Amino acid sequence: MTIAFEPSTSAAPPRRKVVDSRNLGDRIFRRGVTAGALTSFVVLSFIAALLFFRGFEIFRAFGLDFITTSTWDAADGTIENATFGVAAMIVGSIVTAVIAMVVAFPFVVSSALFLEFYVTPKLKFVLVSVLDLMAAIPSIIYGLWGYLVLMPHAAGWAASINKYLGWIPIFSVDVENFDASPFVSGLVLALMILPIAMSVTREVYSRAPLDQIQAAYALGGSRWGAIRAVVLPFGRSGLVGGMLLGLGRALGETIAVLLTLNLVFEVKFQVLASAGGSVASLIASRIGEATPLELKALMAAGLVLFVLTLLVNFGASSIVARAERRVR
Amino acid sequence: MSVVELPAPTRGRPWVNRKRSIRDVSTPVAIAVVLAAVANLVTGLAGPLGFYLAFVIFFAGTSLVFGLRHDKVKAIDKFATAFIVVGFATAFIPWASILVTLVQKGWPAIYGGYFTNDMAVTSADDELGMGGLSHAIFGTFLILIVASIIAIPLGILTAAYITEIRGRLSGFVRVMVQSMSGVPSVVAGLFIYATVVSRYQFSGLAGALALAILMLPTIARTAEEVLKLVPEEIRSASYALGASQMATTFRIILPSARSGLITASMLGVARVAGETAPLLLTSFYTSVFSRHLTGEPLASLPMYVFQNFTVGTDHALTRAWGGALVLLFLILMLFVVARTVAGRSRK
Repeated sequence: MTIAFEPSTSAAPPRRKVVDSRNLGDRIFRRGVTAGALTSFVVLSFIAALLFFRGFEIFRAFGLDFITTSTWDAADGTIENATFGVAAMIVGSIVTAVIAMVVAFPFVVSSALFLEFYVTPKLKFVLVSVLDLMAAIPSIIYGLWGYLVLMPHAAGWAASINKYLGWIPIFSVDVENFDASPFVSGLVLALMILPIAMSVTREVYSRAPLDQIQAAYALGGSRWGAIRAVVLPFGRSGLVGGMLLGLGRALGETIAVLLTLNLVFEVKFQVLASAGGSVASLIASRIGEATPLELKALMAAGLVLFVLTLLVNFGASSIVARAERRVR
Repeated sequence: MSVVELPAPTRGRPWVNRKRSIRDVSTPVAIAVVLAAVANLVTGLAGPLGFYLAFVIFFAGTSLVFGLRHDKVKAIDKFATAFIVVGFATAFIPWASILVTLVQKGWPAIYGGYFTNDMAVTSADDELGMGGLSHAIFGTFLILIVASIIAIPLGILTAAYITEIRGRLSGFVRVMVQSMSGVPSVVAGLFIYATVVSRYQFSGLAGALALAILMLPTIARTAEEVLKLVPEEIRSASYALGASQMATTFRIILPSARSGLITASMLGVARVAGETAPLLLTSFYTSVFSRHLTGEPLASLPMYVFQNFTVGTDHALTRAWGGALVLLFLILMLFVVARTVAGRSRK
């Protein structure tokens, strides 16, 4: 078989134009995407600016008193007679969130270790899927369950803690009513932050250097020995970051706390007593019947909450990011 | 030369003595169960929870004792293992309780007409078997759809900026998205309340805007992860063929990551579907079926639950549980769809 080879008679095709700048469509496209990507920045600054300007009158009138006193009285709706202070709510938010962290902590560590080092990959996939779903249970359901199912039990636990440990100031109560206490909503919050804190912690634990773990085994260490010597020190910052992310969630949680906590305007550290505070729940509970002046005070409270959660989340994500970067 | 018959390789993990490891686990468990049962009857640790607490203590104790038959290291290992396993199992008790209670208490509220009637002529306290939550289901869908129309494109654009444009602001955008995901839902509601509701009215549109704020970061972050998985070669190939960046992004990158992006969107929707606080401040609640996105309040499932809870009588509470059951079922469905789509893309 022969192959006929004919030299091309037509002229060579024109050289393609070399382009070293983007065409018009691309430039518009890049601007458009950039604009879209800045939405989050725009929204965040709008939120901050709006809450600040709406609440400005309150900040000007009360100054630092707004976050250091705890009287909430809209009076006749004029700023001269009204007093607003959210100290009790801020303290209450933090107390409840800290209870949640303390309760959740051992479960976060043990569950993260269990999923990472004690189960087969197949079982782990199933359990992680289930946990993801648990993370999606809406807060209203947690609140409903917390109020109607958990509270009767938790009040009983609180009563026995008070009975045996009542001599510790934070476990004392003035009146023996253990319903709707920071303890109860702390338990509900603990359950709510568990999935997020757990998944962040697990993520960091899973990056623990395998060679060191195997070295620990090779030296005759047990599984717990390897975990204690390698995984826990390695994952410490990830654990802190995960817990802080949970703290951010707990501080901002509204409905579940609203349903399980009795809001009282008094700074208190008696965690078992039926009185607590929460900035987020304050906003949700008051907004329905707020006078225009009280509305401004709520905006100011919203700004306080916004800044608080922003700081916590910022700290948390930078710790997690550092923990993850160290590995690569 | 002699031929040695090797035994056929055993399946599974031949180095594990299954019988012995089962015995090692089951013996302390059995002893702890017996001891806990005794403690349950004799001491103050009554009830199922008391039994469980006693079991945990005895289980850890027996594990320690059994480990001591070997050496100290083994004993501590067993002790720690007991705590880790029990810690994980304990975390699941409340969740199991939530699911069981939901079905138990919510089921009586559900009947055929529950999904077709609204509460226009039924009060929250009326006998069960009247009224329903069609208005809330429709409202929830309406709000979620509008919120998705706003948030999904913006979320994907945000992700595309980081993975495709790769501009100077990538780090900044990522930090902003991160911060936005930490915005408390009630603050998002308050923001929309101040900008939209206080000027016009409670409305479904306001609710959708608030939920869009909450959805955006979830979608952006998940979508970024998905787009990162698109192989660099595809991008280079597209550019090498002379495609513009716009064509590459819209016709190559996004389509090839389609199922992942759908998953990202679904997860975003599932995350906000149950939000109550922002809706309380924006779309509020109405007991009547409404098709209007603006001008009047719009019902939603979370607000239906909340509203019935605040009424607080027996029938109203059953209705609240019923609504919660429907809501959780809806979210579960969204999750299953998201997982199935994601699973299909992995193959």
